Amino acid sequence: MTQIDKSRFEWIGSDSARREGISRPSTTFWKDAIGRLMKNKVAVVCFFIIVLLILSCIIVPFFSPFESREQHLGEVNKGFMTVCTDSRYEGQHHVHYFGTDNLGRDLFLRAFEGGRVSLMIAFAAVFVNLIVGLIYGGISGYVGGAVDTIMMRIVEIVNGIPYLIVVILLMMVLPKGIFTMVVAYGITGWTGMARLVRGQVLQLKSQEYIVAAEAMGAKSSRIIAKHLIPNALSVIIINVTLAIPSAIFTEAFLSYIGLGVPVPQPSWGVLAKGGQDVFMTYPYQLVVPAVAISLTMLSFNLLGDGLRDAFDPRLRR
Amino acid sequence: MTKYILKRVGYSIVTLFLLVAITFFMMQLLPGDPFTGEKQLPAAQMEALYAKYGLDKPVWQQFFIYIGNVVQGDLGVSLTYNRAVTLMITEAFAISFDVGIRSICFAFIGGVLLGTLAAIKRGKAADTVAMIIALLGVSVPSFVVASVLQYFLGLKLYMATGMRIFAITGWEGFNSHILPVVALGFGSLATISRLMRTSMLDVLGQDYIKTAKAKGLSQSGIIFKHAMRNAIMPVVTVLGPITAGILTGGFVVESVFGIPGLGKYFVQSIQGLDYTMICGTTVFYGAFLIIANLVVDIAYGLIDPRVKLEG
Repeated sequence: MTQIDKSRFEWIGSDSARREGISRPSTTFWKDAIGRLMKNKVAVVCFFIIVLLILSCIIVPFFSPFESREQHLGEVNKGFMTVCTDSRYEGQHHVHYFGTDNLGRDLFLRAFEGGRVSLMIAFAAVFVNLIVGLIYGGISGYVGGAVDTIMMRIVEIVNGIPYLIVVILLMMVLPKGIFTMVVAYGITGWTGMARLVRGQVLQLKSQEYIVAAEAMGAKSSRIIAKHLIPNALSVIIINVTLAIPSAIFTEAFLSYIGLGVPVPQPSWGVLAKGGQDVFMTYPYQLVVPAVAISLTMLSFNLLGDGLRDAFDPRLRR
Repeated sequence: MTKYILKRVGYSIVTLFLLVAITFFMMQLLPGDPFTGEKQLPAAQMEALYAKYGLDKPVWQQFFIYIGNVVQGDLGVSLTYNRAVTLMITEAFAISFDVGIRSICFAFIGGVLLGTLAAIKRGKAADTVAMIIALLGVSVPSFVVASVLQYFLGLKLYMATGMRIFAITGWEGFNSHILPVVALGFGSLATISRLMRTSMLDVLGQDYIKTAKAKGLSQSGIIFKHAMRNAIMPVVTVLGPITAGILTGGFVVESVFGIPGLGKYFVQSIQGLDYTMICGTTVFYGAFLIIANLVVDIAYGLIDPRVKLEG
């Protein structure tokens, strides 16, 4: 073995500030996730589309000169951008932006009022799922043991019943309406959330910092509120975002087969059904509700995907 | 393995029982009974009718009679068609089953190929196109797809070319099969292709793929012999939910295309408040889906060696 001459090495000094320094700014989990979400242009655009849709569904109906169930019998099945010629609005130059349906109702207003109903049902239904799932899954995971086993067996059995069929049965029995839809979806849709929450709780429960908190004598309520919920939140947010499009789809589906919200009230599903009935002759009537449903579902799906990437620490760079 | 299968079968039986129970008690909740009509019958006659049809018995006895009937395949008589529900279901379901099987095949083969393509060409144009198709499929409801296909490929293409390339309605002859199958399978195709892409990307990063590459296997050999077999596993697990989706999606697609399948009857019976038909169809659909799930679970157990270890 040859000796390496020491003179070939040189002391370049040590920069202790750089060695001990913090290479990147300190950040919390949430700041980091939001930062990464902001970099995902698709997700940001989808977020703004969703906000815009919700706001316009809330606001637009207030500014419409018409009423959603008001019929203009002289203007049945008119196309886009038809000027209103009804005698009640003479000289006011109103326009049916999306045309009128086969009863002479303004489709522009009905699209946004329908959006109110559809979005309201979707959000309420997912909220019910979330609450039931949180409580059920939380108890099952936290208590563990025999209780957990029994509760999960029940979930497995409930999960085995095709939910759309139960929803259809419930819709037959209960009076038609928004509330019934929320109940029907809530009764059947909670199992996924419950499983998810249980999985998270089980995973987190064995973490060292939870054990440490328990050892230091923290109460269950404190552990749940301060440790379990904040840590499981990201997964729950993703799941909620991805559950909303499925709720919107269910509403549209049920309205489509005639089990949706009662007749004078518009919803996207009801409008799509109306458009479908006259699709061969007046195809434009299906366009608006179809685009509205698809755009909303697409935005929520893409935002959900973006959130999943943003919350995934493995994708951190 | 036997224990696993027994456990699955046990769950399915409990679920089936629960489904029949839910259906029965829902029927009990409905207001009125078959004999309250416009004409008010004398009380004695009502009692005689109730006794004849067993409606004077306590609810729990009626429940067991109903279960007995269901087990024997007697689902009652349709209120609108005045025919045995079981007979109508078996007739109509043959067509629905045909539509469904074709759609599942279309969705499975198309989805697996699309997902594989997207994974191999990751980040390239083919990937983007495949994922846009997949996103559209997940986001656009089947009745919209059905209407759009019917309008553009059925009606407009016919008007433009003068040839009936795709039939608009019905279920006779191959050219009437294409549009409904595509409309019904499109959503599932999207789900499968997204899943397949993720799972394929995962598999392609594994060491044994590198080994196969180092051995000098061709690209297609690696993909079809090694990667696809392993990547297809998660897709098998969603076949149960996908069957459910295609079956329920059939309600609307059959109505749109005027296919005389069970889905169309089901929607008609809902709109016409034909209660016995609704309940019969519900029990039938539910049972079918539960059994389909059972089959998928057992098949998965047979394919995946890890399930065997769990016992």
